[in-house]
Amino acid sequence: MPNNPETVLDARALDRTLRRMADQIVELNSGTDGLVLVGIQRRGVQLAERIVKIIAGAEGATIPCGALDITLYRDDLQTVGPRPVVGATHLPWTLDDQHVVIVDDVLYTGRTVRAALDELADFGRPARIALAVLIDRGGRELPIHADVVGRKVDVAPGKRVDVFIVELDGRDEVVIASRTSGE
Amino acid sequence: MARDLLLRGGRIVDPSQSLDAVGDVLIRDGIVEACGGSINAPDGAEVIDCAGHVVAPGMIDVHVHLREPGREDVETVATGAHSAAAGGFTAVCAMPNTRPVTDNQATVGFVKRQGEAAGFARVYPYGAISVSQKGETLAELGEMVGAGAVAFSDDGRPVESAHLMRTALEYARAFNVPIAEHCEDMSLARGGSMNEGLMSAKLGLKGIPAEAEEIYVIRDILLARRTGGHIHLCHLSTKGSVELVRWGKERGVNVTAEVCSHHISLTEQAVDGYNTNAKMNPPLRTQVDIDALQEGLADGTIDLLVTDHAPHHYDEKEREFADAPNGIVGLETALGINCTYLLHRGVLTMSQMVDAMSCKPARVFHLPGGSLARGSIADVSVFDPMRKWIVDASRFKSKGRNTPYGGHEFTGQARITIVGGRVVYRADS
Amino acid sequence: MAGSLGKDLLGLADLSAAQIRLVLDTAVPFREISERQIKKVPTLRGMTIVNLFFEPSTRTRISFEFAEKRLSADTVNVAVAGSSVSKGETLVDTARNLEAMKIDMVVVRHPASGAARFLAERIESNVINAGDGTHEHPTQGLLDLLTLRDKFGDLAGKRICICGDVLHSRVARSNIWGLTKLGAEVGVCGPRSLLPNAIGEMGVTVFDRIEDAIQWADALNILRLQLERMQGGYIPSLREYNRVFGVTRARLEAAPRDLLILHPGPMNRGVEIDSDVADGPHSVILNQVTNGVAVRMAVLYLLAGGRPELAEAAKRGPA
Repeated sequence: MPNNPETVLDARALDRTLRRMADQIVELNSGTDGLVLVGIQRRGVQLAERIVKIIAGAEGATIPCGALDITLYRDDLQTVGPRPVVGATHLPWTLDDQHVVIVDDVLYTGRTVRAALDELADFGRPARIALAVLIDRGGRELPIHADVVGRKVDVAPGKRVDVFIVELDGRDEVVIASRTSGE
Repeated sequence: MARDLLLRGGRIVDPSQSLDAVGDVLIRDGIVEACGGSINAPDGAEVIDCAGHVVAPGMIDVHVHLREPGREDVETVATGAHSAAAGGFTAVCAMPNTRPVTDNQATVGFVKRQGEAAGFARVYPYGAISVSQKGETLAELGEMVGAGAVAFSDDGRPVESAHLMRTALEYARAFNVPIAEHCEDMSLARGGSMNEGLMSAKLGLKGIPAEAEEIYVIRDILLARRTGGHIHLCHLSTKGSVELVRWGKERGVNVTAEVCSHHISLTEQAVDGYNTNAKMNPPLRTQVDIDALQEGLADGTIDLLVTDHAPHHYDEKEREFADAPNGIVGLETALGINCTYLLHRGVLTMSQMVDAMSCKPARVFHLPGGSLARGSIADVSVFDPMRKWIVDASRFKSKGRNTPYGGHEFTGQARITIVGGRVVYRADS
Repeated sequence: MAGSLGKDLLGLADLSAAQIRLVLDTAVPFREISERQIKKVPTLRGMTIVNLFFEPSTRTRISFEFAEKRLSADTVNVAVAGSSVSKGETLVDTARNLEAMKIDMVVVRHPASGAARFLAERIESNVINAGDGTHEHPTQGLLDLLTLRDKFGDLAGKRICICGDVLHSRVARSNIWGLTKLGAEVGVCGPRSLLPNAIGEMGVTVFDRIEDAIQWADALNILRLQLERMQGGYIPSLREYNRVFGVTRARLEAAPRDLLILHPGPMNRGVEIDSDVADGPHSVILNQVTNGVAVRMAVLYLLAGGRPELAEAAKRGPA
């Protein structure tokens, strides 16, 4: 059974996708007023930062960008085994009445977003929360839906989607690989 | 009337006769009739094949705690005497820290009769030095000797008053019995639960420094020198104590000393993890101390091997370390320990080990036995010095299970124990 | 995936440097939670934690309680006066009775060294040692390490001097093990009658005079003079202790560099530490308190749940 990872987005395609997503986010909000981006640890944070730069270039406005670690809100902590590493959460301003856009790399079961919504609720009451994801691979286990999608991909359960970004992995690429090929 | 017994073909080791040779021993009417060479079995005699075994004068443990009267839940004279026999001992001396304290002729007589009724190893009672072991008033030593006491001690405690110890040493001269001291300076030792050193610092336990023992060792040697009395030093545990006894013996002081099997085999490491089954007083010390104690045995500075058999109830030991009582059982592990750590490691020869467990205890405490010469009482220990076995406390004859040696493998085991010509213990295979 | 601490936290002597760093790294995001408006995360929701204190303690117990509640656990405080021997119910029975009420973790403080391990060997719940006799106080050691690391970054080669009654101090022992494992140089300073006799074998530098310690150290961890533990006069008087060994502003002024000042509390002001030092610019005593809650949250998080057998079952898929 061939094990070749299949490239979904290369570096150029990734950049193009992010630009389109940035446009869509601004369009969804009818502008940049009250708009804040919150990236989910880990890669969602870097993607959010890139989108903020793109929006700054296009609209001339730098919108606030925060980071959210959802480890402590996970619903599977009792069964996951050794404790997952807890990353940094950094939301330095109020979320009340803001239009929050959660940014993540891959949307799959929806449980990560559920945890993020619970955690955000402990920080304030935004006027609206939207979801922007680079890859939607289907397979939802909760009624969660993304408002802005970079690329929709059908991925068999035996496979996984790996997002590599320059800031953490040294290259930009999105790849589908089988589950057994390394962790 | 017991049958005649012929012990055939064993290796007879009897230091009292400077004997170490394969041969037979014939026992009649509870007395050794003949020892050595090849002996024809008389009609009706029971023949016990002792090939591959050592046949020695019955071993005597002069330091055990039988807990009766007062703590029969933990041991009785009978269960203790049975435990002794299972360990290869034909006689034990029972310490007087019972409840009530054995400080009078009635209790001494009681303990003696309980031993006789049990019919296992012989039980010789100790009497207390002071009334209720309070260290204030001398007890009626003479009356207790009359009832069967063979020695005196306030063991469990030291005699804190030098004046009282001096008086006891002087007074006991009339009866020709040893005064045995538990050497411990309480002002240094109080609150301590293990040896003072790096391990106690790490575990956060108050330690008992070696000096707590050594201070009383030298004190009592000096008092024995002054009074001419016989001081017997219990359960020595430190290098310094060995050196001080050597000093005393060199100057002709009438001092004898004993060491416990655990103090020549385990260090304070056994306490790691707060193991209350390794907690006793004096505590386990260091390898340096073990080496000095073994050397002391080899050169005769230390005369006797003992166990300080001290049974405790499971509940009492199942406690925070500092609150747990001191003491471990020892009668059924002593021979295994001594063979494994002393005999097979070349620290003592077979003759030396038998001497320390049998002949010398009899001599030092003026007890019958300790010899297989013609006419001796027929107390015999038959053991297999090469037999490997693993300690299983649940199979002890003692009621006590508090041993740090559970699961240890020893080489050397008691197989047949004979008291007064009667087999009182025979090992199952 | 993060490493693990095992079932219990009994002492820093049992932990590797990697495990210690894991706790400190985990404490950092937990510090942030105490700065939120809603100081709560649902991580330990549904878990029951018993604070079993056989010795009176306000600050440690409260710190643990904050940690437990901020993780949404249910907290029960059990204060037992006196040791098991005097009170009649043994330590084991007390714990087993609690366990029969289906609890998840026990935080225990007890006057006997080894009590936490004794408990951990006999019950299935996670056991956290909040101070056992004079043996260890691991969460205090960890929060001291975190406080030092905040200021110094890497602790390798840093000189930390522990001052005072080391003989009776579980905080001192935990600090010695923890600092040594992270590569710091450890010193101790106090009257010899208050240092363990074997201190020379514990890998630390011993200073007989506080002035010498001040010349040498980058930080001082000043221990409370354990009035209640001193049985039988190890030192002549408190006055003499302050005059000879007290950390005073005058003594600190002679220091060649700015020394960080730590104290586990509660302080005997004017005995081991003068007020102007405790409240001075180099004191991080209050940081220690803040870090205490974060470190305890990290420890609870790392010990709780994490049952690998459940993870294995989960991996095998739905039934």
